Amino acid sequence: MAPIIRSSPALAFLVLQISFIFFASTLPLSSGSEDGYTITGRVKIPPSNVIGHTAKSSNVKVILNGGQSVTFLRPDGYFTFHKVPAGTHLIEVSAMGYFFSPVRVDVSARHHGKVHATLTETRRSLTELVLEPLREEQYYEIREPFSMLSMVKSPMGLMVGFMVVVVFLMPKLMENIDPEEMKQAQEEMRRQGVPSLSSLLPSAGASR
Amino acid sequence: MAIKLYLLLLVFLSSAIASFSLYEDQVGLMDWHQRYIGKVKHAVFHTQKTGRKRVIVSTEENVVASLDLRHGEIFWRHVLGTKDAIDGVDIALGKYVITLSSEGSMLRAWNLPDGQMVWETSLHSSHHSKSLLSVPINLKVDKDYPILVFGGGYLHAVSPLDGEVLWKKDFTAEGFEVQRVLQPLESSIIYVLGFLRSSEAVVYQIDSRSGEVVAEKTTAFPGGFSGEISSVSNDKVVVLDSTRSILVTISFLDGGDVSFQKTRISDLVEDSGEAEILPPRFSDMLAVKVNKRTVFVRVGGEGKLEVVDSLSDETAMSDSLPVADDQVAFASVHHEGSKIHLTVKLVDDLETVLLRESIQMDQHRGRVDKVFINNYIKTDRSNGFRALIVMEDHSLLLLQQGAIVWSREEGLASVTDVTTAELPVEKDGVSVAKVEHTLVDWLKGHILKLKGSLLLASPEDVAAIQEMRMKSSGRSKLTRDHNGFRKLFIALTRAGKLFALHTGDGRIVWSVLLNSPACARPSGVSLYQWQVPHHHAMDENPSVLVVGRCGSDSSSPGVLSFVDVYTGKEISSSDIGHSVVQVMPLPFTDSTEQRLHLIADTDGHVHLYPKTSEALSIFQREFQNVYWYNVEDDKGIIRGHGMKSSCSGETADEYCFTTRELWTVVFPSESEKIISTLTRKPNEVVHTQAKVSTDQDVLYKYVSRNLLFVATVSPKGAGEIGSVTPEESALVVYLIDTITGRILHRLSHQGCQGPVHAVFSENWVVYHYFNLRAHKYEVTVVEIYDQSRAENKNVWKLVLGKHNLTAPISSYSRPEMFTKSQSYFFPQSVKTIAVTSTAKGITSKQLLIGTIGDQILALDKRFVDPRRTLNPSQAEKEEGIIPLTDSLPIIPQSYITHSLKVEGLRGIVTAPAKLESTTHVFAYGVDLFYTRLAPSKTYDSLTDDFSYALLLITIVALVAAIYITWAISEKKELSEKWR
Repeated sequence: MAPIIRSSPALAFLVLQISFIFFASTLPLSSGSEDGYTITGRVKIPPSNVIGHTAKSSNVKVILNGGQSVTFLRPDGYFTFHKVPAGTHLIEVSAMGYFFSPVRVDVSARHHGKVHATLTETRRSLTELVLEPLREEQYYEIREPFSMLSMVKSPMGLMVGFMVVVVFLMPKLMENIDPEEMKQAQEEMRRQGVPSLSSLLPSAGASR
Repeated sequence: MAIKLYLLLLVFLSSAIASFSLYEDQVGLMDWHQRYIGKVKHAVFHTQKTGRKRVIVSTEENVVASLDLRHGEIFWRHVLGTKDAIDGVDIALGKYVITLSSEGSMLRAWNLPDGQMVWETSLHSSHHSKSLLSVPINLKVDKDYPILVFGGGYLHAVSPLDGEVLWKKDFTAEGFEVQRVLQPLESSIIYVLGFLRSSEAVVYQIDSRSGEVVAEKTTAFPGGFSGEISSVSNDKVVVLDSTRSILVTISFLDGGDVSFQKTRISDLVEDSGEAEILPPRFSDMLAVKVNKRTVFVRVGGEGKLEVVDSLSDETAMSDSLPVADDQVAFASVHHEGSKIHLTVKLVDDLETVLLRESIQMDQHRGRVDKVFINNYIKTDRSNGFRALIVMEDHSLLLLQQGAIVWSREEGLASVTDVTTAELPVEKDGVSVAKVEHTLVDWLKGHILKLKGSLLLASPEDVAAIQEMRMKSSGRSKLTRDHNGFRKLFIALTRAGKLFALHTGDGRIVWSVLLNSPACARPSGVSLYQWQVPHHHAMDENPSVLVVGRCGSDSSSPGVLSFVDVYTGKEISSSDIGHSVVQVMPLPFTDSTEQRLHLIADTDGHVHLYPKTSEALSIFQREFQNVYWYNVEDDKGIIRGHGMKSSCSGETADEYCFTTRELWTVVFPSESEKIISTLTRKPNEVVHTQAKVSTDQDVLYKYVSRNLLFVATVSPKGAGEIGSVTPEESALVVYLIDTITGRILHRLSHQGCQGPVHAVFSENWVVYHYFNLRAHKYEVTVVEIYDQSRAENKNVWKLVLGKHNLTAPISSYSRPEMFTKSQSYFFPQSVKTIAVTSTAKGITSKQLLIGTIGDQILALDKRFVDPRRTLNPSQAEKEEGIIPLTDSLPIIPQSYITHSLKVEGLRGIVTAPAKLESTTHVFAYGVDLFYTRLAPSKTYDSLTDDFSYALLLITIVALVAAIYITWAISEKKELSEKWR
């Protein structure tokens, strides 16, 4: 299998994922030693469907207790923290393009370093320390394809829309007005010279 | 109705959460990103005949990287943890990079082409010690040649294939320190030479397959050894004795006894003093530093020593390198003025110079620190050499064929302080590069943009648009623009070099290496704005004050240096003769707009700068109003001081003053330990003091420059997460008035611990800490409001003059204040927090959170508003109050670093642009990142994307429509008249 890893990491990743379905039950979680315990886990990144994201496991970091120690993933996705004292710890995964929930890890001194893991975001308890991203992260806005609606919504579109309303709907409104009233109004306009909004409004109200 | 519509629109606009968001094609328009690795410690060349030529380096920033030898670009790199310092790096099996880190307890193998980690092995170590990595040279894939690692009292043999520990040998009981490991070729026996209690030399012969000790020979040396050792050949090493005046040659021949041969240094060199063996390794020769001179000592066949050459101290040397015909060569580099001289000589015959080159340097980079050489066969079958040199300013250069092939400014990976500076004003008569040439070009460009925004552009058009945007608006010009987008970021690095970076494209406008008459190279401490002329003294160039130190200790004497921002020239540099503990810029400037600074030393005196009589008279006027405080976080004490008198009684220095202690705040050491202190930025602008809430209520912000935020934690909780239970740890935060020492507010968080990362702006503090009970990070906001002026909201009181707005505000009076606070969960560890700052403080603020993944998240301040409730009323919603959630959201689009990482992030600096909506953001770590942010969108200017062409087309269309409708109506009228 080693040559496959070198030639095509993606294929190897798939192969490994399949193989883990069989070996998952034998996943080593921890082993004791005189100066602390060992936490072993795995980061599983599903094949990305977002364009521009390459799930390169070489750029993934696993961080213990906010930077106390930092480790990297092996080609098979495994990571190990060595010499961890018993207690409650926090593991975070930093991978571009993915959001991982921090994991609360209890290393028990009584049970020789037995590890119990819980996702702090969802409060889900993990039977094995296999970390999967909660969601993918898209860092860029997606340009909306050209649509008539967005054109209409833009200030310029609104302006044009208003013009259209004035040009085509106003004559329709004018048609509904009684010709007599129209004449009256026109005469009034002529008498007063420049019509003002204030003079028009009350007269319209009074005529109704 | 129209007013209502307008109001509705306003409400709609204000309630839309303005998050930072970027389209993918906008990357690089406003931001730039520079990748660095830090000062190189080790370098290993990998130059096979086929494939890409590269050099593997490890650095002081705990980076392991693979660099392209042709261009100096990074193929891959990994930033290890902060406590994971790299001790050794080498290439095994021709395909793995092996790194030894954490004092010899962590061994990792990385795939050479792509940097994928292949295996990782944790090795036993019992105590701190120096570590040693020995990788077999032969390229055969064979388990017989393991990697040998010594560290912490254990010798491990590790298989290079999978990192499996083949055997280990425990030397902890004897206290044996391994000095050299020799793996002779074609032999399964490993020779391990070490010292026992620094007085006995022990040679173990170990079977490399099983780890069994085949033979062991101990020989006592009565004089004792001191540390450094130089192996000169397969069976000889040279070491200094404890008096550092005798060179001891230790021979351990195969099967024979260990034998010593002493040579006094005084016999070799006249007027000798203490000697030091230099690290470069040569064959049959060693370099010894005596009396500031480097002496080459040849080791003869019977361990006889003779001096063959001596050089001045300024010379750096490389390890020796085998070249053709069993010859061994080494390089030495020294600099002279603006030139560096590279010499490659044969070790056997120092008269044979293989290469002698002089290379002109364009800027001052100090002395040569390290040299690594590599040879290649030229077309005429002679040997060519390339040298990788590390300079004193941490820069990395590759020299080949008498020229600098590439250089990397690695000093920028260790920025310690950053400030901003303006560019010079564009003068009349200075020809300005025209951005758009003609109207036709301008229109063409905008039509292209329009095409792009309507998604009608072909791929070529898209490329043309992108190119046009990148080049547009002369963003890299060296003059001020009226929006204040072009600025300089002045960065001080640990090497004591000052860089000016242009905000437009991130290039280095100038750089200067600090000098000091007292010590050779002071280390940079901090940076201050010294002179910023904007009202008076307009013909003066602005300058910055660089505070440096002649040594690493805080009591070592300080160095002040003044650097002209426009030209990058050091105006003056002075040794101030006292130490620098604290530098306090005062809010006073003299007639040339030089800012007054007080510098506190270790003796409790303060010194006034600039040392002019004018500054002194200004200071004397305000003498009674100057207060300062200092934090002794190791003792848990905060002290406030006032000015007492001139210390002319003790010294003749009239710019020196004594202080009196006004108040102390002592935290009980058994229950509280100071982990973080913070004040507001002194140059921050607050637009309004009043905050009007929805129900026409007015809250007055308590805006004081004299507030200090202090966070303490139980001593048990000061360690890492996981070292303490929730019951044992409590976090307490205080707000302390630094004039009177009053504790204005105290807030305690049970079951919480640090590290605390906080930001203080206007009247609020936001801090990030760890909640042990929930096992999650939390963010708390505390807003401080002024109670004494809360009664001023009645208009009638204002009219009748019954308000207290004209009452003098005194820093001595007891402020009546109340606070509001709220806490939220935050799903990530945080490295640093900053806040955006704008010119007038009108624009809403965003928190800039540097996360553990080395990204920077922009979080709107409205998410950390203590007035958030679960169900905000309609009025509150209109005001923009977001319904309360238990954790703060992470919106991926609001990462201002988008898909980039600022590796090793340490700090974020913000600076206002002249345009109110916009702020500059500069983040530094191993990488540098800059971007321009508009926290409430650019409401005061059109964006770069604004389509002028669309506007023009609309106007043209409208005009045309007017004419057409006019013509139609004329026609209609005419036909109606005919009817």
